[in-house]
Amino acid sequence: MPRYAMVIDQSRCVACMACVVACKRENDVPPEHYRTRVLEMVEGRFPKLKSEFRSELCNHCSNAPCVTVCPTGASHKEEDGTVQIDRNKCVGCKACLAACPYDARYINEEHGFADKCSFCQHRLKAGKMPACVATCVGGSRMFGDLNDPDSLVSQLLRENPYRVLLEAAGTKPNVFYINQYPRKS
Amino acid sequence: MAISRRSFMKYVAAAAGTSVLAESPFIGAKARAKAEGGKAVYITTTCEICFWKCGVIAKVVDGKVVKLEGNPLHPQSRGKLCGRGQGGLGLLYDKDRLKVPMIRTGARGENRYKSASWDEALGYIAVRLNAIKDKYGPEAIALFAHGSSGTYFANLLRALGSPNITYPSFSQCLGARNVAWELTYGHAPQCTCERVDLVNSRVVVLFGTHLGENMHNSQTQDFAEAVGNGARIIVVDPRYSTAASKASMWLPIKPGTDLALMLTWINIIISEGWYDKEYVEKYTTGFEELKDSVKKYTPEWAAKETDLSRRQILEAVRELGRYSPNVMIHPGRHFSWHGNDTQRGRAMAILTALLGSWGRPGGIWLECKTTFPKLVEHPEYPEPEEDAAIFGDYPFAGGEGLTNVLRETTISGDPYPVKAWLVTGTNLIKTMPGQEETMKAIDNLDLLVAIDVMPTDTVMLADVILPEATYLERHDGLFAIKTMEGGVSLRQPAVDPMYQSKPGWWIGSELCKKMGLDDYALKGTWEERMKREAKLWKIDYDELVDKGYITIPNSRHPYITADNPPTFKTPSGKIELASSELEEEDFDAVPVYEALDQPPAGQYRLLYGRSPVHTFTRTVNNQWLWELFKENEVWLNADEAASQGIKNGEVVYLINQDGVKSEPVKVKVTERIRRDCVYMVHGFGQHSPQLSRANNRGADDQKLISRYKVDPICGVTGMRVNFVQITKEA
Repeated sequence: MPRYAMVIDQSRCVACMACVVACKRENDVPPEHYRTRVLEMVEGRFPKLKSEFRSELCNHCSNAPCVTVCPTGASHKEEDGTVQIDRNKCVGCKACLAACPYDARYINEEHGFADKCSFCQHRLKAGKMPACVATCVGGSRMFGDLNDPDSLVSQLLRENPYRVLLEAAGTKPNVFYINQYPRKS
Repeated sequence: MAISRRSFMKYVAAAAGTSVLAESPFIGAKARAKAEGGKAVYITTTCEICFWKCGVIAKVVDGKVVKLEGNPLHPQSRGKLCGRGQGGLGLLYDKDRLKVPMIRTGARGENRYKSASWDEALGYIAVRLNAIKDKYGPEAIALFAHGSSGTYFANLLRALGSPNITYPSFSQCLGARNVAWELTYGHAPQCTCERVDLVNSRVVVLFGTHLGENMHNSQTQDFAEAVGNGARIIVVDPRYSTAASKASMWLPIKPGTDLALMLTWINIIISEGWYDKEYVEKYTTGFEELKDSVKKYTPEWAAKETDLSRRQILEAVRELGRYSPNVMIHPGRHFSWHGNDTQRGRAMAILTALLGSWGRPGGIWLECKTTFPKLVEHPEYPEPEEDAAIFGDYPFAGGEGLTNVLRETTISGDPYPVKAWLVTGTNLIKTMPGQEETMKAIDNLDLLVAIDVMPTDTVMLADVILPEATYLERHDGLFAIKTMEGGVSLRQPAVDPMYQSKPGWWIGSELCKKMGLDDYALKGTWEERMKREAKLWKIDYDELVDKGYITIPNSRHPYITADNPPTFKTPSGKIELASSELEEEDFDAVPVYEALDQPPAGQYRLLYGRSPVHTFTRTVNNQWLWELFKENEVWLNADEAASQGIKNGEVVYLINQDGVKSEPVKVKVTERIRRDCVYMVHGFGQHSPQLSRANNRGADDQKLISRYKVDPICGVTGMRVNFVQITKEA
C-alpha cells in the first residue's frame, strides 16, 4: 500500500492562491471555509526583510489527534496513509476541530459534518494528483508515495533537509516543507 | 537544494512505472471523457479572465461547468491555471451578471433602465448611430475595447468608415514599453507573451514588475523556475513585493528614479568594459554617442538620486556584467508610470543590447517563424474621410491609439465632434486617469453603448447595455499563439449562453445588419468562419476542437545562430543605441535623466499594483475570488504610521494634491514599503449597486489619479505622479 505525502518547496511559492481556488472548486468547499491556505509572513525591519510563504493543509498525521479524539470513529486513518472522515458517522461534535493543532478542519454547516483536506482521495483513485498540486503555478507543491523509494517525494526527502509543522506536538505529519526561505545567492 | 524543473524531470523519470499515480497524459477531450467513462464531458477552450490566453479544459456535467483546469498541451497554461482561471465559474454563474438588453429611462447614472428585446435594443442603437453618422460623419462614432470582442465592433466601425478605434492597453498599460523596444530593435519584446527566457536566465532584473502578484500563468511558472534554478533575482522596487521576497538583492529605490539607476548602470558597463563588444560591434549603432552621453551618470550621483547606496548599485551591476549575456532585464508590462516612460523603456532595451541578451539564452528570445494569413470575407472597408482622432501630436502613438486623445476630442469637439462611444470589455471610468474628464466626455455624447458581462461602473452609465455571453459560452478566435513556438488555439462554448446574453460576434454582426451594412455582417455563424480560417491556416479544425491547441512545426528559432541571424526593423537595420527616429522628431536620441517632482512633507506618492486573484475591476465581484480578496488596503510604512498615529487595520481616507478624497480604506501598516510612498491594489471602490459583493468595497486608486503626465513621445498617460495625504476624518 502507498503512504501518501506532500512535499512543499516554499521557495517556489508565489502566494498566487491558485491552489486555494482549485481546492475549493474541486471539493465544493462552502464559502468562507478552506481546506488549504497560503500564509505570507514577513520578518525584519525595512529594508532588511525576509519572508516565508507557507501553504498549510491537513497534515494527514501518522499519529493523528483528530482520529484519537473522534468519539464515533468517523475520523480514521486509511491504508494509504491518509486521514479521512466518514460523513455518515460524523455527528459534528467538533472534538476533532479542537484537537487538531493545525486548524485544518471546519464544520460544513449545511450538512453538519466536519470536513478537511482529503488529499483529493477521489482524484488519487483515478491516478490524478490532488487539485492543488496539479495547478500549482510555482511548482511548489509535490506529491507522491513515501513507500516507493523511487517516488519524487521519497527522493526529495532523501536529498533535502526538511521540516514538519509543530514537530513537538508529536503528530508525525505527512506534509513536509523544504527551502523555507529562497536561497540567497 | 532548490528544486528546478530539470531535477524535477529527473525525479519523475526515475519514478516512472513505479508510481501508483499514473494519470495518462492529456491527448484530447474525447479521449479523456472516454477513459473516465462517467457522465462528464470535456471542452477545450481559452480563458479570458485575463488576456494571457491560457488553454482551458472545462469539465461539464449535466450541462453545468463544474471545474476548469489548465490544458497541458497549451504553452500559456501547461496544465495549470492561476486562481483567477480556476475561479472562472464565479463569472459564469455570477447572479449579478447582465441578463437582458437594457435601455436607459432615467438620468445618466440614476440606474433606471427598461428591459428590451435584442431586436428593440439593436434597432434603438442602429437608428441613433445612423443619425449621428448622417449629422456629424462616421468619425463621430468611436470604440473603446479590450479583449476578443473588440474584433467584432472594430469591424462595424471600419465598415461605417470611422478610424476612431482605441484600446487602453496601449495608453494606460504597455504602449510606451513596446514603442521603446521598437525604436531600439524594430520589434516589441512581446508576442502573445513577453519573450522572456527566464528559465535560462542567470540574472533576472525586475524594475517594479511584480511577477507573482501580476499573475501571468506561464511567465510566473518560469519565474518560479528561475528561483528554483538559483538565478540571481534583482528587484528594483520601492515596495517589498512577492518577487522581492524571492530576490537575492532588493533595491528599494526612490519612486520615479529608475532611469537614473539604469543610465548609471549603462555608464558603468561601458566604462568597465563589461559589455559584449563583439555583439555591440556587429549589431548596434550609436555606441559612441551613448558612451559620451552617459558619462555624467556616476554611482555617487545615482546613489543620491535613487536613495540607494553606492555599494548596492555597484554590486548589482557587477552581476549583470558577470553573467552577460544570460541576463534578463525584464521589459515589464504596465509601463505608464511617470510621463517619461518611453525613455525608461529605451534604457532597458539599451542595457539588454549592451549585455548581448537579445536573442541569447536567458535573454529575450527571437520571435517564432510562422505567419497566419488573414481571412477577409467582406468588401474593402471605406477609406475614412477624416483623420483619426486617436493619435494627437504624438509621433510614436501606436496603432491601438490613445484613449486619452479620443476623450479630449470628445470633450472639445476639435477637430470634429465625437458623439457616440461603443465600449466593450473595459471599465473606462476605472481604467483611465482623470475621471472627471471621462465623465465630462460622456456627458457630451448622444449615445453610449456598453457591451459587457458585468454591470460595472462604466456599464451603468450607458444608454444601452448589451449583455454579452462569458468566455465559457461563446466562440472566439482562432487565436494565433506566438510563444517560443507558433501555435493555434480557439475559444468554444462549454455551455450555452445563460439568460438572454449573446456572444460578441453575434451582437457585432446583427448590429451591422441593422445598420444596413449587410456586406460586413457574418456569413453564417462564427464557428463556420473559424473552420474556414482553420482551412486557410492548414489546421485540422476537428483536431483543434479536441486538443485545444495545435503546434506549428519548425517554428521555433529562439536564439541567434549562424543559420538564424537576427533582423532589426529599424531605419539602420541595427539595434539603435542612439535612436535615429527619435532624433528626427527632435527627441533625445539617447535617454536623458530628468528628476521628477517628489511629494512634499506629509504626502506620499501613490503607487498601485495587482493582486494575483484579480484582473483590474473585472473579477472583484466574482464569488470565488472576492472571498479571497474582498477589498484593497493602503500600504503604509510602519515608521510613518507610528509618526502619524495610525494603527494597522484603521480606516482612513486619502486626499490627493487636487483635493480629491478617496473612499474609506483600511491601512496595512508594514515594513514592506518606503516611507515616501503608499501602495494600493487597483480595481476596487466600485459604486455600481448591481455588483452585490464588490459594491463600495475598498478604495478606487483611479479616482485619486486625477493628475497624469503624458509621455511626449508616444502619448501614454503616466499615472504614478499623484501625491496623497492621509486623514482619519470622514
